[in-house]
Amino acid sequence: MRVDVRKTYKLFIGGQFPRSESGRSYELFDAKGIFLANPALASRKDLRDAVVAARAASEKWASASAFNRSQILYRVAEVMEGRRDQFVTEVMAQEGVTKAQATKQVDAAIDLWVWYAGWCDKISTIFGSTNPVSGSFYNFTTPEPVGVVAAFIDGSTSLIDFVHGVAPILAGGNVVIAIANEEYPLSAITLAEVIATSDVPGGVVNVLTGRTEELAPWVASHMDIDGVDGSGLEPSAYEALKRDGADNLKRIYRFKAEGSPQRIIGFMENKTVWHPIGI
Amino acid sequence: MLLTDSSESSIKSFLKNLSPVDQVGADSRAAMLATRSIKTSSKLWAIETAIAMIDLTTLEGADTPGKVAALCTKAVRPDPSDSSVPHVGAVCVYNDMVKIAREHLDNNGGKEIPVAAVSTAFPSGRASLDVKKRDTEDAIASGATEIDMVIDRGAFLSGNLEKVFTEIVCIKEICGERAHLKVILETGELVTYDNVRKASFLAMAAGADFIKTSTGKVTPAATAPVVLVMLEAVRDYFAMTGKRIGVKPAGGIRTTKDAIKQLVLVNETAGPDWLDPKLFRIGASALLNDLLMQRMKMKSGQYSGRNYVTLD
Repeated sequence: MRVDVRKTYKLFIGGQFPRSESGRSYELFDAKGIFLANPALASRKDLRDAVVAARAASEKWASASAFNRSQILYRVAEVMEGRRDQFVTEVMAQEGVTKAQATKQVDAAIDLWVWYAGWCDKISTIFGSTNPVSGSFYNFTTPEPVGVVAAFIDGSTSLIDFVHGVAPILAGGNVVIAIANEEYPLSAITLAEVIATSDVPGGVVNVLTGRTEELAPWVASHMDIDGVDGSGLEPSAYEALKRDGADNLKRIYRFKAEGSPQRIIGFMENKTVWHPIGI
Repeated sequence: MLLTDSSESSIKSFLKNLSPVDQVGADSRAAMLATRSIKTSSKLWAIETAIAMIDLTTLEGADTPGKVAALCTKAVRPDPSDSSVPHVGAVCVYNDMVKIAREHLDNNGGKEIPVAAVSTAFPSGRASLDVKKRDTEDAIASGATEIDMVIDRGAFLSGNLEKVFTEIVCIKEICGERAHLKVILETGELVTYDNVRKASFLAMAAGADFIKTSTGKVTPAATAPVVLVMLEAVRDYFAMTGKRIGVKPAGGIRTTKDAIKQLVLVNETAGPDWLDPKLFRIGASALLNDLLMQRMKMKSGQYSGRNYVTLD
C-alpha cells in the first residue's frame, strides 16, 4: 500500500508560498464532513506582509503596457487549462457537486480569465475620453489604477468567485491581496500556484486563507490599501469596512456574482491631462 | 597590553596578542539575539531611541543642495505631523554639502544636530595622506563636527598596519577637539571576523572616537555578527583602558526589525551604557521612514503606508 502524499495548502505572498507567520492552520472538511486539508490560518501580520509585497510590486505592474497585462492574464488561462483535472477534483471535494457540474465551473472560470484578459487594453478606450475644451488644448481623461486592492472572495462558488475577485483587479493594473473564502481555500491556493507559474510578477497577486472576520478590520484600517472588494463580507462586516476604511478614502465596493467591467473601473481613478495643441 | 609606540613591530605584537574571534560562536550568538521579541512599550522606546541614533545619510553622486536641505528638514522633525518624535543623531553628507547642511540645520531649529562628513577619499580611501588631510581640514572648516574617515583596506590586508595606524593618528590630530572621529573599517572587505577585531583595536588605539562598519557602498555591510564582534572589541577596550568608544553600523539596516536587533546586540554585548546616541549610531536613510511608520502603527493602532511619510 502506498502512503498518501498530502498537499500542504500554504499562503501566497510576494511570489512565495509561506506558512502563516502565526503557525496556525484550520481544519477543512468536504461537503460530506470528511477531512480535506489543513489550510493556513492567516494572521494580521501575514496581511501586513502581503501589503508590503503588493506595494513593492505595484509600480511595475501598473506601468506594464495594457497589452502585456492582457497577455499575462491570458497566460493564466492557458496554464489553468493544463491543470483542469486538479481544479475539477477540488471543486467536487469542496462543494460536493457532480463531476459534470464541477467541470462546467472550471471551464467557465478559465473562460472568465480570457474575458478579463480582453478587457485590459479596452478599459481606457471605453471609459476614457477626449474632452472638448475651449482653448488650444487637447484634453484627455484616462482611468489609472489606484494601487493595492484587497478582495474578500464571495462563496457562491469555489472557483469562479475567486476569478471574479482577482482577475478584474489585475486587468486594471492594480495589485491584489485576495482573502479566500473560508470554505473554499483549496481552489484559491491551487489557482495561486497557477498564477505563480504564469509570468505574473511576484507580489502582484497575494492570497491569504483564514477567517474573514479576523482579517476584515485590519484590511479596513490599513492605510496602505487603496481599495477593497467586499463581495465576500456579511452585510454588517461590509458596513464596518466602509466606516473604518474611510480614513484613507479607500474605494470600497461589492459586486454581483457576474463578470462586469465595473469590477475593473471601480478600482481606477480618472486622470485628466491638458496638452497644448501645436507643441 | 596597550601600544607602547607606533612602530610596525609594536602594532603587530599588540594585535597578535588579541584573543581571536570564534566565528561560529559569533554567528550563532548574533542569530540567537535576533530572535528576542521586543513588543509594546519596549518597542516604542526602541523605535524612538533608534530614531535619535540615526545618522541620516545621503551619499550619492546625484546629491543636490535641495536634497540635502530636505534631508536636514527631516532630520530636525522626522514626522511633520508629530512633534514628539525626537530629532535624529546627525546628518551625514559628502564634504561639499557640509556647509549647506549646517546652514539649513541652523536656520531650521536644528542647531544641536551635528553634521558628519565622509572624508579621506571616501569610499575607497585611495589617495595620498596629504590629500586625505586636506579633505578632512576642508570638512571641518565647512562646519562638520563629526568626521567619518575610511581606512586604507589595501594596506591593512597586505599587512602594512603602520600605514593604517599613522593615517588614523594624523586625521585624529586634525580633528583634535573640533570634531569627533569615526573610523570606517569597511568590514565587507576585511574577509574575516579576526580582521574586523584587529582593525577595531587598531582604530581605537590610534584615537578613533567611533568605529563604523561600512561605507554603504560595499555589500555585505553591517551584518549582525560583524556588529557583535565590534561591540565586543569596544567592550574589551573599555575594560583595558576605561575609555568608551562608540560603534556605528551603517549599510543594509532598512527596517525597524533590523534596527531593534541592533539595539538588542548593543544592550547584550557592550551594555546599556552604549544605548545612547553619544556611543551608538545607525547610518541609514530608508530606515527612518520605516521607524516612523511603525511608530504611527503603535500610536494609532492601524498600519501605515508610505504615502504618510516623506519621499526621499
